[in-house]
Amino acid sequence: MSADTQIQLAHGGGGQATSRLVRELFLTHFHNERLALLDDGARLDLSGPLAMSTDAFVVDPLFFPGGDIGKLAVCGTVNDVAMCGARPRSLAAAFVLEEGLPMADLERIVASMAAEIGRAGVELVTGDTKVVPRGHGDGVYIATTGVGEVLPGVEVSGHRARPGDRILLSGPVGDHGAAIMSVRAGIELGGDALRSDCASVAGAAVALCEAVHGVRCLRDPTRGGLAGTLCEIAGASGVGFEIDEARIPVSEPTRAACEILGLDPLALACEGRFVAVVADGDAAQAADVLGARPEVTGLAEIGRAVAEHPGRVVLRTSIGGSRLLDRAEGEPLPRIC
Amino acid sequence: MTDERAALAALLRSADAASALARAIRDLAEGLGTVRLMEVCGTHTVAIRRSGLPSLLPESIELLSGPGCPVCVTPDEDIDRAIAMAGLDGVCLCTFGDMLRVPGSSGSLERARASGADVRVVYSPLDAVALARRSPERQVIFAGVGFETTAPTVAAAVRSAAGLTNFSVLAAHKLVPPALEALVAREDFSVHGFLMPGHVSTIIGSDAYSPVARQHGVPCVVAGFEPGDILLAIWMLLRQMRDGRAEVEVEYRSAVRPEGNLRALELMGSVYEPVDSTWRGLGAIPASGLGLRASQAAFDARLRHPVEVAPSKGRPGCRCGEVLVGALRPDGCALFGRSCTPATPIGPCMVSSEGSCAAYYRYSR
Repeated sequence: MSADTQIQLAHGGGGQATSRLVRELFLTHFHNERLALLDDGARLDLSGPLAMSTDAFVVDPLFFPGGDIGKLAVCGTVNDVAMCGARPRSLAAAFVLEEGLPMADLERIVASMAAEIGRAGVELVTGDTKVVPRGHGDGVYIATTGVGEVLPGVEVSGHRARPGDRILLSGPVGDHGAAIMSVRAGIELGGDALRSDCASVAGAAVALCEAVHGVRCLRDPTRGGLAGTLCEIAGASGVGFEIDEARIPVSEPTRAACEILGLDPLALACEGRFVAVVADGDAAQAADVLGARPEVTGLAEIGRAVAEHPGRVVLRTSIGGSRLLDRAEGEPLPRIC
Repeated sequence: MTDERAALAALLRSADAASALARAIRDLAEGLGTVRLMEVCGTHTVAIRRSGLPSLLPESIELLSGPGCPVCVTPDEDIDRAIAMAGLDGVCLCTFGDMLRVPGSSGSLERARASGADVRVVYSPLDAVALARRSPERQVIFAGVGFETTAPTVAAAVRSAAGLTNFSVLAAHKLVPPALEALVAREDFSVHGFLMPGHVSTIIGSDAYSPVARQHGVPCVVAGFEPGDILLAIWMLLRQMRDGRAEVEVEYRSAVRPEGNLRALELMGSVYEPVDSTWRGLGAIPASGLGLRASQAAFDARLRHPVEVAPSKGRPGCRCGEVLVGALRPDGCALFGRSCTPATPIGPCMVSSEGSCAAYYRYSR
């Protein structure tokens, strides 16, 4: 790295400071031929129907147990592309940096992105950097866009769930949201027990789509949590969902943090899980495929789609009662007492 | 937490335990006729609705939410005062998260923030003190809303702010026992038993409810927050009814003592004193709130940053007041689920996550 210890407005000015930042930081970590050309955009040699997704990442704090904004910016978009039934291939990233951001922090974030890009098997092919004056941003904002090749014959969409379909969940829910809220609230639960689940799940999603014909719908429960995701799919498909609460995995640290803060783990964001709606007859095979994947721990079949109560999700609670599972309104707010 | 402890604790929310308790409740309920029980605490309301517990009870048992959601019972005037203070030059108003969206006569703290007021969510009043220490150029006001559960921590914050000239508290705390006594004295009171709040009771102690049980003859059980705790407490209430008793019993024995938490009470008493207070739904109740003592005037936001607040005109059609005293179920209000939803709340019971209307809307509609 150069002697610059902090981001300055000049780093976004397009002159020598920008050039230094691009060459010494970004190209060092994201080295690949396409990016090294430093053209205004990148030519992609992809085939077939493509899937594309974009997301802006704003997180406080920038570094949290289990990840950081860089890892999140890669995983979030890679996962969204994979949820289209596509193999993620290329990424674009735009950085909005706040004047005064320690260069060491930026380097840590970029290194984390590069590591995750390697793990996900994608390439960062183009990017942009802007700097805003001190006080006009929260350190770093990152927007990423991803493109992937839709797997042959695969057609997944939130509109395709049908009565009788089975609903699979790839692992415990709420860990990301609980970890972030706990850091903000200053709650510590035994070392780093409470960690974000931030991870790429593209490998598992691609393996599932390749092996199982009857995958109807894939979605990662980020903002709005599992509750929001299930409501979206039920609404879009015009089916009812019946979900068994006792089968929804929630890690013990997340459960404890939710009790302290008055939050519902089903409404908290995950960043490394996904829901798969699969045709009844293919559910067992889907569970076998997913269960064998390293990025899937705690796979559970949590319920099924029904023809009754279209658009509504009914939760069979762990004590044997039943109630509506609705999406939360706005950001989750910790309670008073 | 050990795995074994977690596994055992999970029994409190297991279907087996719940169905055994529900069976015992059904047996007791036979012959008691219609039973109306009130859970006083908003956290109980959420636990009950979230667990789907009512679907396990016989139809003769009706659970009503009481005046135990701190946001819900805070009158418009106090919200308006907080909004007005947030609009003063150089002021940073700190509050707990669930106060943000509560509508006052016009607007909310969230809207005030969007319009440029410095409104911040804190997790502890001590965070507001730390902010005041870091920002000598700002006047930091903490909006102290809540029951006896939160008042001691706010009192601790005031004590820790000794010497600071830019920290003050807008005291709007409420006390549970006087409100319950006012509630049972109403002519339209028709509740057969109270599920008493677990958290508040750890501070004030179960003896605080003796007048409600002894003088007014209403059975009381202090309950914990797992579905199993709540079911057991309902069973204990029914048993009192069957036996013709009206006592204060404690289901939440691990946390609640008859005399409460004396250190917390002493801390609270050193900073606050009881004052007359207005409750949404119940109106003005003598000595049912907490105000800063004269010795703490330097931290009293009402004295330090006086603002004019017009009397509230109320909300046409909103029946939160009746809901809060158990006189009306949320879905009995004509606005419920139509013009009043969590996205467009008209009354505070729809705003707070612990409000009875929000809980009904979210889990039971």
